[in-house]
Amino acid sequence: MTGIALHHYLALSAILFTIGVVGVLTRRNAIIVFMCVELMLNSVNLSLVAFSAYLGNPTGQILVFFVMTVAAAEAAVGLAIIIALFRNKQTVNIDEINIMKW
Amino acid sequence: MSIVPAELVAIAPITLLTALSLIVLVIEALMKQSEGVSYAVSVVGLVICLLISLGTIDLTGTAFNQMLTVGGYGSLFSSLFVIAALLTVILSRDYLQKEHINFGEFYLLILFSTLGMMLMAYAADLIIIFLGLELMSICLYVLAGFMRKRLLSNESALKYFLLGAFATGFLLYGIALIYGSSGTTNISYIVQNFSTLSSSSWLWMGLGLLLVGFAFKVGAVPFHMWIPDVYQGSPTTVSGFMSTGAKAAAFAAFVLVFAHPFENAEKLKTVLSLLAAASMILGNIVAIAQSNLKRMLAYSSVAHAGYMLIGLAAANEMGWNGILFYLISYTFMNIGAFGILSLLEREEEKNLTYDDYAGLGSKRPFLAALMSIFMLSLAGIPPFAGFFAKYYIFVAAINANLTWLAIIGVLTSVVSVYYYLRLVVMMYFQEGEMVLVEATSKASSPKFFELRRASMAVLTISAFALIELGIYPSTILTIINNLR
Amino acid sequence: MHNLSPYIVLFPLLGFLINGLLGKKIHSEKISGIIGSGVVGVSFVIAAIVFFEMLRSSVEERFYLINLFNWIAAGSLSITVGYQIDQLSILMTLIVTGVGFLIHVYSIGYMHGDPGFWRFFAYLNLFIFMMLNLVLANNFALMFFGWEGVGLCSYLLIGFWHDRRFDTGGYKPGTATTSDAAKKAFIVNRIGDVGFLISMFLIFMTFGSLTFEDVFKRASGVMMTGDETMFWITLLLFLGAIGKSAQIPLYVWLPDAMAGPTPVSALIHAATMVTAGVYMVARCSVLYALSPVTMEIVSITGLATAFVAATMALVQNDIKKVLAYSTISQLGYMFLGLGVGGFAAGIFHLTTHAFFKALLFLGAGVVIHAIREEQDIQKMGGLKSKLPITSNTFLIAALAIAGVPPFSGFFSKDEILWHSFSQGSIVYWLFGWMTAGLTAFYMFRLFSLTFSGKERWSHDIHPHEAPNVMTIPLVILAGLSMLGGFIGIPASLGGGNAIEQWLEPVFERAHVIMVPLHTFSHATEYLLMALSVLLSIGGVYIARLFYLRRTDIVFKLSTSFATIYKFLWNKYYVDEMYDAVVVQPVVKGSEKLLWARFDVSIVDGLVNGTARFMYSLSGILRRIQVGVAQSYAMVFVAGIIIILGILLTRM
Repeated sequence: MTGIALHHYLALSAILFTIGVVGVLTRRNAIIVFMCVELMLNSVNLSLVAFSAYLGNPTGQILVFFVMTVAAAEAAVGLAIIIALFRNKQTVNIDEINIMKW
Repeated sequence: MSIVPAELVAIAPITLLTALSLIVLVIEALMKQSEGVSYAVSVVGLVICLLISLGTIDLTGTAFNQMLTVGGYGSLFSSLFVIAALLTVILSRDYLQKEHINFGEFYLLILFSTLGMMLMAYAADLIIIFLGLELMSICLYVLAGFMRKRLLSNESALKYFLLGAFATGFLLYGIALIYGSSGTTNISYIVQNFSTLSSSSWLWMGLGLLLVGFAFKVGAVPFHMWIPDVYQGSPTTVSGFMSTGAKAAAFAAFVLVFAHPFENAEKLKTVLSLLAAASMILGNIVAIAQSNLKRMLAYSSVAHAGYMLIGLAAANEMGWNGILFYLISYTFMNIGAFGILSLLEREEEKNLTYDDYAGLGSKRPFLAALMSIFMLSLAGIPPFAGFFAKYYIFVAAINANLTWLAIIGVLTSVVSVYYYLRLVVMMYFQEGEMVLVEATSKASSPKFFELRRASMAVLTISAFALIELGIYPSTILTIINNLR
Repeated sequence: MHNLSPYIVLFPLLGFLINGLLGKKIHSEKISGIIGSGVVGVSFVIAAIVFFEMLRSSVEERFYLINLFNWIAAGSLSITVGYQIDQLSILMTLIVTGVGFLIHVYSIGYMHGDPGFWRFFAYLNLFIFMMLNLVLANNFALMFFGWEGVGLCSYLLIGFWHDRRFDTGGYKPGTATTSDAAKKAFIVNRIGDVGFLISMFLIFMTFGSLTFEDVFKRASGVMMTGDETMFWITLLLFLGAIGKSAQIPLYVWLPDAMAGPTPVSALIHAATMVTAGVYMVARCSVLYALSPVTMEIVSITGLATAFVAATMALVQNDIKKVLAYSTISQLGYMFLGLGVGGFAAGIFHLTTHAFFKALLFLGAGVVIHAIREEQDIQKMGGLKSKLPITSNTFLIAALAIAGVPPFSGFFSKDEILWHSFSQGSIVYWLFGWMTAGLTAFYMFRLFSLTFSGKERWSHDIHPHEAPNVMTIPLVILAGLSMLGGFIGIPASLGGGNAIEQWLEPVFERAHVIMVPLHTFSHATEYLLMALSVLLSIGGVYIARLFYLRRTDIVFKLSTSFATIYKFLWNKYYVDEMYDAVVVQPVVKGSEKLLWARFDVSIVDGLVNGTARFMYSLSGILRRIQVGVAQSYAMVFVAGIIIILGILLTRM
């Protein structure tokens, strides 16, 4: 019986990553854009864990722990920024956040 | 055999800065009206940290299971970061009070992001680079939005945050691919076995994504788009810090990973050259049309990233050393320029355009003279350090048969003279009414334009550093050349 | 004694620092003026001591290097900052400090009462410092430093009265300010500087060094005559010289530079800075000798400039403009001399020109002051009796530049003409000779209209002679203009041509490469000399006749040859030509893109045209930055695709 091979994991990871990128490029709500970024990070986590298991070396898994921590910190800061913006502007629509240009 | 203490001593700058950050954190947590105390502790701590960083330059080796390198390259860079942080902290005091955002957290965030930068420069492993980069970036996101009541600051923080996190995703994917193809995240292992590993296209893809992540942080075209908006909206001294410390840290990591004599890396060289050329051309040309000085400096910082990338593209000793020299001089000129902007800025984004600077030469001759030095140095006019930095990089490019890149560099520098000197011309040859006195007289607010001696001293020191580096570049160059 | 030389450079820097930093606090014209001129005077004394020391020592000992510090010592690149004292550089140093000192003293009187008095002296001192670095440098890098530095000072000083209106000479009159003139000078010069810079890279690539001695030694040892690299190196260097020394086609900034205070015109735009190009070519004589094609270009450019500028000077009515075109023309002469291999002759003319042209400008300054800042010579006349010292010294200078023996200009000009005949061709000589005639004519047109004839200024003005502090420099310069020629009396007239012998060791390497083609008898030389004396005196006579006794002839000529007159009056329509051929297409192109308003003039226009083009390009490119974060991410992703594309394709 053949198990799920490395490339299956990698393919899934790549698909998730792409979904994340497309989400960032197309969604208009800042919070959803941010969720898509989280999706990108987690798809990479999937790759890392798969590599780690396949290579039989723990480095990848350790990195995943760090990534999760960092993502949590980023989430805290990101949400705070979005809230501060919402207080001043009453919108989180990215299209409207364009005072500075050119 | 006390190995652990020895390792802690070897990475003393990091240890010390961590301790310092924690002390300031505690002060913030426990004290009311802590801003002044935090400021004083930060300044004293950073000075000590600078001395210790300089003192560890002669050390060599690795620490913590080859996670960190010791001394040398990392120490030189951490000295640079600490200098940038120190200048920023001192210049910020006035600014924060003026903008009514004088909270002690500001210094804390600066310290933590400096710590992140140090980790990047001391890294021997991609994991550490990632951690350092994130520590630095997250603090900078907050700093960018530090004026939380102001829309511009909010917007710049949001843009920085979203794009930064987006770039992190790619960087991390790059690290994952490199790890998958080589089985390790240790930089020197990857470099040593590059010729066997380089047959894998995963590795190349990983390197490409890693390069993109770094290119984003240094602000190279086409990954520069965040720079103008973020620099314009952030508190002015923070922009100065981002354009020097953060850029230098990104270059430190860039050099750590990419500045090696890779075999069959012609493609890499092509990519770096294209990034450099695009940054120099776009940055310098778009800067011409700017009227806001912060935005002009932002585009100029894109252009300068291009010049430094020439050093990486040249891929020779001279180019790599040239980047270090460039960064050191660039730190002084840009912090100086942003510093002056921050001193003269008024609430509601006033005093930030070219026109506002008309006539400064007769009203504040000393300040105008300092600004002229920074501008001339940015334009690369001798005898200031900026000239020599460019010169060195261009010679490196010519030695590496990248003469076309050097020519683009020279031509775009000529273009850049236009918008830098425009400010000098404004200050000296135009009459203008720069409103130097604050109109609203709040009893509590300090008199903004009685500039504190500390700020003036910092600016003067920066200007002198530029002259000294321009006339005796050997002093720093000998240190740089003995690093490897 | 040699160790003293760095102090020559140090003192003006001190003066700059004192006046620049403390001048406003001192707030005393007397102290600022004394410090400003004093430091230059001290430099001159030191230079003179060094010079006499050199005179006493043997020829071999007259060359020495003083290393100050290692500027750059890294890898293959090593530049030592140091000074090179030799026959050529000490001569230049004496001119710069000597004439510079006199002009400083004069400025004390001229700038009296100006609120920027201290600033003026600070800039002048800085200029002297930069100029000394330029002439004393022992390598290209330091020379370039001085080169840029004098450019900067020139820029600062032209725009000294930055808000004054100033007439650019017909084309869009009354719209330009002195700041515009300053900018124009600066920008046009940068075109030349790019040439200098690229040439420096080429030199470093070819010879692996930037030090004069290394480069020249290797060049004369290794390179073949006509080598292509040498052609590019010398041509690009010459481009730098064209910019700095105002030769065709980059001469247009110099007439505008007259917007600066008159002592500045005398010091920077006549006696010293503009001759930097001549000095640089002479300094690199070896390199030029190796590239005969460039030499040809140098002579033709010089000759064309000399002739064309002289014809332009014929009809100008602004006293300083006449002198400006005359300076351009005389600089052309010097390049002609250099181009045909008469390096010493070129430097000789540089020396005498420094004396008499400085004198002319200073005299003009007195005149302008005396009749309330009026510069139009048609509103002068009859000033001889009111300004006796000025008019007499001015006359001496005019005779000198006209080439009337035994004044200094005669000897130096004749030396150049002789070289152009014996080593160039008869055509060179012929045009040079005609230029000499034109020079005599326009100088005495100027002199007659200014000092002789009827008084044409309004009667409520009472001109009087300048104070001693201004007239004494005039008298000293007049003495030098009269006697300066005796340092170079040619062998045919029984002299030893001291200056040529003095400079010979400097040009030895070049002369080894360039062997003279023909030899001529003294008889030929006498004949040519007689012809040029005849023409000079003829020119003087005709000018006196036309502008004093038979003014009707002038009127008749200008009406019957109206086309030519108009052609000259409009300065060959060069402005309009540049405008039509270069500026308008560029401007039109950018206009359509930007819908912007343009007011562009002349080469100013050429420069501004490029600037405008850049500006409009900038305006377009900045639109990429639309302000929405997602579009940034889009560009980001596009960048990634390109980079991965490059990295992943197999080569």
